[in-house]
Amino acid sequence: MHSLVLIKQVPDAAQVRVDYHTGTLIREGVPAIINPYDTHAIEAAVQIKDKFGGIVSVLSMGPPMAEDALKKALSMGADKAYLLCDKVFAGSDTWATSYALWVGAQKIIQENGPVDIFWAGKQAIDGDTAQTGPGLATRLDIPLVTCAIKIVELNPENGYIVVQRLIEGGSETLQVSLPCMITAEKELNALRFSPLPDLIKAVKSSVQLLNSTNTTIDPTQCGLKSSPTKVKRVFIPSKRERGEMLESGNKGITDVLFERLEPVLKQMGRL
Amino acid sequence: MSHNISEYKDVWVFIEHDRGKIEHVSLELLTKGCQLAKDIGCKICAFSVGENVEMFSEKLSEYGAEKFYFIESPILREYRTEPYRDSLLYLIEKYKPEIILIGATTLGRDIAGTLATKLDTGLTADTTALDIDFESETKNLLMTRPTFGGNLMAVIYCPDTRPQMSTVRPGVFQAIKNPVNIEKVREEFELFEDKIPKKILEKVKSDSDKVNLGFYDVIVAGGRGIGKKENIKLLADLADTLGGTWAVSRKVVQMGWAPYSRQVGQTGQTVHPKIYIAAGISGAIQHLAGMKSSEIIIAINRDPQAPIFDVATYGIVGDAIEILPQLTQIFGQRLKVGGSNEKE
Repeated sequence: MHSLVLIKQVPDAAQVRVDYHTGTLIREGVPAIINPYDTHAIEAAVQIKDKFGGIVSVLSMGPPMAEDALKKALSMGADKAYLLCDKVFAGSDTWATSYALWVGAQKIIQENGPVDIFWAGKQAIDGDTAQTGPGLATRLDIPLVTCAIKIVELNPENGYIVVQRLIEGGSETLQVSLPCMITAEKELNALRFSPLPDLIKAVKSSVQLLNSTNTTIDPTQCGLKSSPTKVKRVFIPSKRERGEMLESGNKGITDVLFERLEPVLKQMGRL
Repeated sequence: MSHNISEYKDVWVFIEHDRGKIEHVSLELLTKGCQLAKDIGCKICAFSVGENVEMFSEKLSEYGAEKFYFIESPILREYRTEPYRDSLLYLIEKYKPEIILIGATTLGRDIAGTLATKLDTGLTADTTALDIDFESETKNLLMTRPTFGGNLMAVIYCPDTRPQMSTVRPGVFQAIKNPVNIEKVREEFELFEDKIPKKILEKVKSDSDKVNLGFYDVIVAGGRGIGKKENIKLLADLADTLGGTWAVSRKVVQMGWAPYSRQVGQTGQTVHPKIYIAAGISGAIQHLAGMKSSEIIIAINRDPQAPIFDVATYGIVGDAIEILPQLTQIFGQRLKVGGSNEKE
């Protein structure tokens, strides 16, 4: 089995703070991590390799520092790591990103053979779009399974995988023909500590850089200029004004609250 | 990559449905879509596919849809990405809408990305505001969305390709009745079961699990400060008294005290009721992202420094476990019994 996992390096969104004076995000000191959903995609691919043999390739797009995320993927048990890194990719939206990843995937297929399962996180925690994995699946013309929570069965002989995925208010179990694209929820598996041999291997392995000179990438299809969506402006959401702190005084505090709400409750037809 | 923009017209809303019922977010988007169509000077249309969707026409006309484009096939009985995508694509490519709005549900987010890629057009995820840019010649759609965990808002537009596509958070817009005459447009699209790469082996759904929080004008929400699972009842009691529903923060879901379907916040549902009571919720930025546009926010927390007080209209420093029953009692005495609990 050949798995190709798409990963993204993201700032730890939980640690990003807002500077209301300057109206900007404070990103200094915020660590860069592998998108948490992607780590579960890597783990799923490695588990399948452990059981069925084969290799796990990982692919990312980003600045040179994204190599760190790929090294981490190698330490989790991936075998080959590739980074699409070129200024032509700068400013890509999800449409342009899925194009670049598609070109990267072609290169990996050339080097390591056909891919049976493409994996990605359900979404990235910085952009939260959940569009890049589906976009790549569409470009590859393979079936798409989003929000996977369990791999029920893999049957390489008959070329299918059975996956349980989340739907609104429940779950469904799908039998999907290979190759396919699966995007991971955190419930898909529990992460393990990297075994020492994998850590050593990760230090020794190198990340292969892909760019406009060593791939068939068409620069007119990627980057800011070719992205169908543009950012008009960004702003820090306005802070809501702090209201009134109720004091109990003569009456009980709940009576005070009731008085304040009375006009609204009347308007709502509750009184 | 650019499209002949003048060929595209009308605002289309994807009608998501489950077991014969339209998802509420689709009606919310029809209401918002009516306003956008008015701003642009075009029609507001609904579109859907499924085994049996024509029956939705009446409801859609009540919410302002002037046209309903649909495809029916037994193969479309259950949602599967590929046949849904291909049949929706057929409708879109034939009639060329200039705007497509889709609810940002699990299904909506599953179908939107693949549709937009096939159409070679832009898609904006999880929009919380939609406006028309009257300064642009082509009256572009401005789609505002939160990023970086709600810390930053981005206004996205799609100037050169059509349709302009967006998934929109449930509960952001209200569904308001606006009856019109509807024109039904049935299309045929051939599908072959043996060419579909996917079979559904099992589907588990529980009705009790599925709560559309956006449907209520009063929400009583609890955080870790409610102390234990059994105290969910305190939220439910007050919610019942006020004719609303109850919700929780992410922490409470993580503790296993309440299902995910009750979660408000960045990774849960977005709500904007008239009254939002936050009991024992500290007010992490991710929670605020899902509720801070509520009209009146009442915060109850033992910690006077809790960030929830920064967004509260009224703040009460105290123990939620003690104050919730007191509120249930006082409102119970003074409120009309059985007040309306739907905000249509």
